Amino acid sequence: MSEELQTAATWLKAGHKVALGTVIRTWGSAPRRAGSQIAVREDGAFLGSVSGGCVETAVIRAALDSIADGQSRDLEFGVSDAQAWEVGLACGGRIRVRVEAVTA
Amino acid sequence: MKRSVLETLARDGARAWVRALDCGNGEERLIDPFTDDTPLGLAARRAAIADISAEAEAEGRTWFLEVHNPPLELAVIGAVHIAQPLAAMARLANYRVHVIDPRTAFATEARFPGVTLHSDWPDEFFAARPPSSRTALVVLAHDPKIDDPALEAGLHSPAFYIGALGSKRTHATRLERLAARGFGPDLLARIRGPAGLPIGARSPAEIALSILAQMTQTLRG
Repeated sequence: MSEELQTAATWLKAGHKVALGTVIRTWGSAPRRAGSQIAVREDGAFLGSVSGGCVETAVIRAALDSIADGQSRDLEFGVSDAQAWEVGLACGGRIRVRVEAVTA
Repeated sequence: MKRSVLETLARDGARAWVRALDCGNGEERLIDPFTDDTPLGLAARRAAIADISAEAEAEGRTWFLEVHNPPLELAVIGAVHIAQPLAAMARLANYRVHVIDPRTAFATEARFPGVTLHSDWPDEFFAARPPSSRTALVVLAHDPKIDDPALEAGLHSPAFYIGALGSKRTHATRLERLAARGFGPDLLARIRGPAGLPIGARSPAEIALSILAQMTQTLRG
């Protein structure tokens, strides 16, 4: 049991809403391996990481959207991405992140 | 993730779980990888043993297998100076740390914040809590009465790392004693002694760093 999920469980118990971002696939040189997770709370607090800090902001934003609408999202990031200037990976790799709300 | 899945993981995290997520329709299943013999369960078992989360094919579907293994544990025998930085660094690396020393003057809360201290003799401790394949065991006491029974418990277990501090000569004498107790060369080769990667460590913290590095190398290498 990771610290991220332990904390997510504690947040839920305290009445917060929570979403998780999980690296489910990597291509080439990626900063965090598959299975790495970030836990995000409805007020923007977070613990953990899915990259070296390059794309966390975008993942947290998507996590807040998932908390709001209950839908899961698959996000992909890489240097060649259209969003590269904003949230690309400097390392040249590519990652897919699954963002999902913790739901009843 | 279903709230019930998260709560099960949080409540029962002392055992291995694999969360399987259907990459297509988002279906999720929580799998006990060591009792489930379905194709998906067997794929989950391989992932849990390798400790690698990855995609896998089963039932004609693509699943993401998210591995939740029990926490890593470090058992430090001997609440000596080096044990202090080693315990602190291992906590940062997400180990649950136990310090075992029957000499209660050494093993005090003030010297080891956030660490579970045990004043049992190592053979008693390990009889109650046998090391698992997620356990690293490091003996630092410099006292054969304390160190040797811990090493024996480690050699009888699947512990992924067994390290022993001491000079080359101390270590050679230690191996002779254990050989006289019936341990063959193959088993004794599991003991890393003197423990730690050769990085020229001098201070207790540097030696602790070299030991934690060697534990990591053994676990992941």
